[in-house]
Amino acid sequence: MRLVVNNIILHIHPAKVPERSLRFTYTWGLGGLSAFLLMLLVSTGVLLEMHYTPSAPQAYLNILQLESSVPFGSFIRALHHWAANVLIVAVTLHLLRVFLTGAYRPPRHTNWLTGVALFLLVVSANFTGYLLPWDQLAFWAITVGTGIVAYVPWIGNTLSRLLLGGPEVGGRTLLNFYTLHISVIPISLVLLTSYHFWRIRKDGGLSIPKAPGETISRGLTRVTTIPHLVRREVAYALVWTALLVGWAMWVPAPLEGIANPNVSPNPAKAPWYFAGLQELLLHFHPLIAAIIIPSAALLALATLPWWDTFPESVGVYFRSRRGRYLSLMATGLALLATPAWIAADAFWLDWSGWLPGWPTWFSNGVLPLALLLVGAWLLHLFLKHALPTTHEERVLFWMIFLLVSFIILTVVGVFFRGPNMDLYWPWAMPLSHS
Amino acid sequence: MSTSHDASSSISRRDFLKLGGVALGGLLTLEIGGMILRYIAPRQTEGEFGGIITAGAIDDFPPGSVTHIPAGRFYLSRLPDGGFLALYQRCTHLGCTVPWHQEENKFVCPCHNSQFTAEGELLNPPAPRPLDLFPVFFEDGLVKVDTGNPSSRAHFDVSQVVYP
Repeated sequence: MRLVVNNIILHIHPAKVPERSLRFTYTWGLGGLSAFLLMLLVSTGVLLEMHYTPSAPQAYLNILQLESSVPFGSFIRALHHWAANVLIVAVTLHLLRVFLTGAYRPPRHTNWLTGVALFLLVVSANFTGYLLPWDQLAFWAITVGTGIVAYVPWIGNTLSRLLLGGPEVGGRTLLNFYTLHISVIPISLVLLTSYHFWRIRKDGGLSIPKAPGETISRGLTRVTTIPHLVRREVAYALVWTALLVGWAMWVPAPLEGIANPNVSPNPAKAPWYFAGLQELLLHFHPLIAAIIIPSAALLALATLPWWDTFPESVGVYFRSRRGRYLSLMATGLALLATPAWIAADAFWLDWSGWLPGWPTWFSNGVLPLALLLVGAWLLHLFLKHALPTTHEERVLFWMIFLLVSFIILTVVGVFFRGPNMDLYWPWAMPLSHS
Repeated sequence: MSTSHDASSSISRRDFLKLGGVALGGLLTLEIGGMILRYIAPRQTEGEFGGIITAGAIDDFPPGSVTHIPAGRFYLSRLPDGGFLALYQRCTHLGCTVPWHQEENKFVCPCHNSQFTAEGELLNPPAPRPLDLFPVFFEDGLVKVDTGNPSSRAHFDVSQVVYP
């Protein structure tokens, strides 16, 4: 038996690994955690399938049954729900770790692209799964989310009708999303994850952590995978199992009233991982907030290895000593600028009021975006000429600045928006109606 | 065998057959793609919403009233001059159902605070245009609305109003 297990392990892992790459504070086990969560989600997902029918209103009744009558139904559903939420955080942190250590640079650029694709698949899995309970939360989150698709130029309306299976979220949508959620997306995830793992070995294993300016000499100490790496992996998986099981035992997955197309809740919020995007939609015309900015961000992320290929700092967190300070600076600036801009936009700026004749995609979209870009460009000039920064350090700065801004947008969207999407202090949040 | 060296640019049999195979393969892909698209495309009217809805008798709707007809997903707005408008309840921003606020005499969307008048005219962004309209017609003293044909407009215009 042990021989069989060892053989399987040694098919996926190399026989020996550099001792340094085992360092927990290098990878934080995030990639492994993501893979583990995926397996957990597939298992709990299959179990949930056995007590679920993707047909409105039967779907909602099924969830009610799971919560009240099916033994361990509430627990399995909670485990699935929380694992899905942890997964999206884990893959984001994993992406961030790979970015911060420069481990996306050649030869690992293909694996980076694979990773970006996997990230999109995870987000799709979360989104399609969100509709399945068919409650008010699900229905309106998906209505708002898919409403964005209609803003894609030229093909938007056709695309939206295809995705929804009709003019609005309905029975066809539930079936479409269910099909995607249990077959197309999981299969793609498994195939792509397998390739992702295979590429790690093809590219020579994990990047080696090192200090700024250090050169890795040949002759790194290598240790056997079994037991050194495997022990750590198993231990980590067990810890996370305990955490998730413990959490799921006490906190059930949320469920509101049954979906009602005629009543939008106030406020109607997207799932938390889209709250940042929804917040952006409050400040810009949808063409900018939902199409242009996300596409640009995705494109920039995907092509990162081609405009930041400095090989020397692979394995160094934050690139250099100066990089650490720049990261702090970027974080601080984002913490100041983002709330300031949100407040300015809420209480003072009124583009469509100041320019009443103009189409809103310009006055509320292109114009404010252009102004922000001018500000960013000035900051960039400062970074480039007033400070002794290198190209890769500037890339680091902007990535962190944008990431922290997006996190703040998400936090505001989740905690500071109340009825009518007005701003409230979280501790003074009025109860939502309907 | 022979490669295409000669100046008359003739193609070898092998290359010709290869090209033909590729072309046929391309055609096959297009055909299968088309088949799949038609298979998953939304089919017409699921019974109620998407077809003709009878809202009620003409006199059921006093001038200056806005009545929600949930089954049709629209509001029947009868203007003070007696004309009718059927306003699609779907906010033109991102699709939330916009409730009618009787006391404030306007539609206020709970999602992002878009606001519209009783004619569906845009009062407050972020919605990009007025509420969409469904065609209204009258039959045997009844008001009927065709919910299969929403139309959008840049602004409210008197020509959009239907009089019994």
